[in-house]
Amino acid sequence: MHGYNTQLTPELAEVAARLADAARAAGLDFFDTIFELVDYKQLNEIAAYGGFPTRYPHWRWGMEYERLSKSYTYGLSIIYEMVINNDPCYAYLLRANDMVYQKTVIAHVYGHCDFFKNNYWFSKTNRKMLNQMANHAVLMRKFIDEVGQDEVESFIDTCLSLENLIDIHSPFKAQPKKNEDQDEYGRPKQPSKIKAKSYMDNYINPAEFMEYQRRKQAEEAEKVKGFPENPERDVLKFLIDHAPMSSWEKRVLGIIRDESYYFAPQAQTKILNEGWATYWHSKMMTQIAPLHESEIIDYCDHFAGVVASHPGGLNPYKLGVELLRHIERRWDRGQFGIDYLHCDDPKTRSEWNKNLGLGKQKLLEVRRIHNDITFIDEFLDEDFCHESKMFLYDYDRRSNRHVISSRDFREIKQRLLQQLTNFGQPIIRVVDGNFRNRGELLLTHSHEGADLKHDATLETLKNLHRIWKRPVHIDTLFEEVKRRISYDGTNHQIEKI
Amino acid sequence: MPMHMESDLNRFRKIVRGKIKKELRRFISSGDLIARQGKKQVTIPLPRIDIPHFQYGSNEQGGVGQGNGEVGDQVGQGDPQPGEGQAGDSAGQHSLEVDVTLQELAEILGEELELPNIENKGKKNLEDKQYKYTGILKQGPESLRHFKRTYKEALRRAISSGNYDPENPVIIPRKEDKRYRSYRVYNLPVANAAIIYMMDVSGSMGDEQKEIVRLTSFWLDTWLSTQYAGLERRYIIHDATAREVDQQTFYRTKESGGTLISSAYRLAQKMIEESFDPAEWNIYLFHFSDGDNWSGNDTAECMKILEGQLIPAANLFAYGQVESRYGSGQFLRDLQKHFGDTSNKITLSQIKDRDAIVDALKTFLGKGK
Repeated sequence: MHGYNTQLTPELAEVAARLADAARAAGLDFFDTIFELVDYKQLNEIAAYGGFPTRYPHWRWGMEYERLSKSYTYGLSIIYEMVINNDPCYAYLLRANDMVYQKTVIAHVYGHCDFFKNNYWFSKTNRKMLNQMANHAVLMRKFIDEVGQDEVESFIDTCLSLENLIDIHSPFKAQPKKNEDQDEYGRPKQPSKIKAKSYMDNYINPAEFMEYQRRKQAEEAEKVKGFPENPERDVLKFLIDHAPMSSWEKRVLGIIRDESYYFAPQAQTKILNEGWATYWHSKMMTQIAPLHESEIIDYCDHFAGVVASHPGGLNPYKLGVELLRHIERRWDRGQFGIDYLHCDDPKTRSEWNKNLGLGKQKLLEVRRIHNDITFIDEFLDEDFCHESKMFLYDYDRRSNRHVISSRDFREIKQRLLQQLTNFGQPIIRVVDGNFRNRGELLLTHSHEGADLKHDATLETLKNLHRIWKRPVHIDTLFEEVKRRISYDGTNHQIEKI
Repeated sequence: MPMHMESDLNRFRKIVRGKIKKELRRFISSGDLIARQGKKQVTIPLPRIDIPHFQYGSNEQGGVGQGNGEVGDQVGQGDPQPGEGQAGDSAGQHSLEVDVTLQELAEILGEELELPNIENKGKKNLEDKQYKYTGILKQGPESLRHFKRTYKEALRRAISSGNYDPENPVIIPRKEDKRYRSYRVYNLPVANAAIIYMMDVSGSMGDEQKEIVRLTSFWLDTWLSTQYAGLERRYIIHDATAREVDQQTFYRTKESGGTLISSAYRLAQKMIEESFDPAEWNIYLFHFSDGDNWSGNDTAECMKILEGQLIPAANLFAYGQVESRYGSGQFLRDLQKHFGDTSNKITLSQIKDRDAIVDALKTFLGKGK
């Protein structure tokens, strides 16, 4: 990169190797990890590109880079660690950091790499994404050469506007098998015959009957069926399959969709993933491969920064690591099962200890099968909620501020889960691709308590129209009334329904 | 690993430029930018250039947090955690602040108002030479010998040839050890344009009028400073008498009393004679007034000075008449009557309100003088 060496210094390489051995011995299992030693400028560049050294040309990387450089210059934020899910994993270390910091980051990175490799939600991601991203970049540049940068860039803007309209579960659904004798809706193409020897066929399956059958089937087909048959969460796929786009446009939208799917699990497992990495770097630095006494104060200083709670925000590092430790303690002490859950006496509960020592095993299981929603849903209990001082805050219109509105466990958990649903994105489906029988596109938004942002919705509809090229609509709840917001290419329209 | 950040950054800057251009008229009349002016750049607040999604509104939503506090206590709004994609965590839209150099801003202004580049009066740019010692050479006069470097070379040679004795560390430099400082000549531009701002501060010029003058001058300044390597600015205020002041005072002073415009012109004339030789300087005269001169006699006097001395010496004489409640606006008509279209060194503009500043700028600078 930029002509000079990004290899680790011999000292750092030795540290990285030693920590890798220690981490593997402690039960972590990760892809080989390649560290690059970069200066803050390069780190900001890579971070602006989402961790990848090569991305397609687009202005928003530039915007992100400027934002990062500025907050670095003003000391507002520094990037703590950066690692990408790939085989081998790539991770970046900031040249200017001191040794304690480097060690901590290396240990933290191994935690992430282990998570990438073993967590179920990452199992379908492309492990050669580094190459894939570079290929995307090559393709985009080819399109740019063919049709011009302005054209391609503005189309990328359009696609990015829709990038969150994916179905995070679709990689895990079995693809329906294509049947030669069936049409695209799974209906038989030919009317079914009753099996008969050839000389009997005309008697058993008389021509009139076959004709009748055929007609009936055709009628059935007429009646059919929504298009799509069932509401489709993967709006991008629907557009790629059915929207009138030129071939390069299709490819561009496909690239955006691929990258969206690649990044989705990271948004889905933010708390658990960061919690896991933090849990391990703290364990490694203090127990498995402990730091020297002279380094401990610096380490504590860093750690305090990582798990600091930010007023009005939830720190995923903090919540994640605390909840994981809570789980470890519970399973070590056997605080699970029907007896424990039904026990109402706080004293017995808190002194409950069967010395089972199942904590570590449980943690490995949690990292394998959970994402943020299931993690919170299953393990965030009332004790933890109180211990970690969680609260609910809401916007107070009168004072124009956010105020603490509740410390009730049930409400907090419900809100947290709600916010994590669909990685924080609204759930939107295609319900009709031939709406009003005029080739218009109808989407619905499943309202989960929060309205869509109005001005952004109007703009996004414009972008959707640019791809669909016929009027587009979205049904949503807006200010507690069901409304349909439409865009026909020139005007927006909002009607109650 | 190749990086392409530079080109992405340029694409982004281009978009920003487009945005500024679009909003330029608003910036010109609102004065937001002047307050944000640094030495060489201006910080411009722009609405965030974001890609819209179907997304949750941010501000009014609540969320889950951790910490002490009673129900009803205020929650400080921290910045959202990077990468935290949860709906409730983003705390309001931050507007994007971009730093733009004055140079760039002037270019945008020039493009938007279609201002022609200024033709230099035909005088050479005035430049001064400066010598800077930047390098090391093996030859040179002894007076420029670099002792340390010479010693180092000699030491190196002594050690490598085995002649160095730590007990008796005598180093004798030879000719090839000697190193000399070398210099380069830089051309430093010297101010070669002068702006003389004149403002009527008589009782009839109110705060709003002065604000308009201030805004107009800011943009005139911005434009002219990109056209000339160096720029000198002088400020004259006048009522019945004129005096030279600094920039601060120029915009702040409020005097009362009558108006004798000729007093300012006379002072400007004196200034030019003393410091700005018209053969070497591009001289700009901007005069702002509400157009209420004391007497016809004085107006006649003004015309005489303008015609005789000021206009021949200047690249441009611009008169901006700011509308005020008390002003009669007579002076503009007098100027028009007297000069008509005879001289293209004179531009006259009436600035009714802030929105008219853009047009005034265009009139003043549109001639490319």
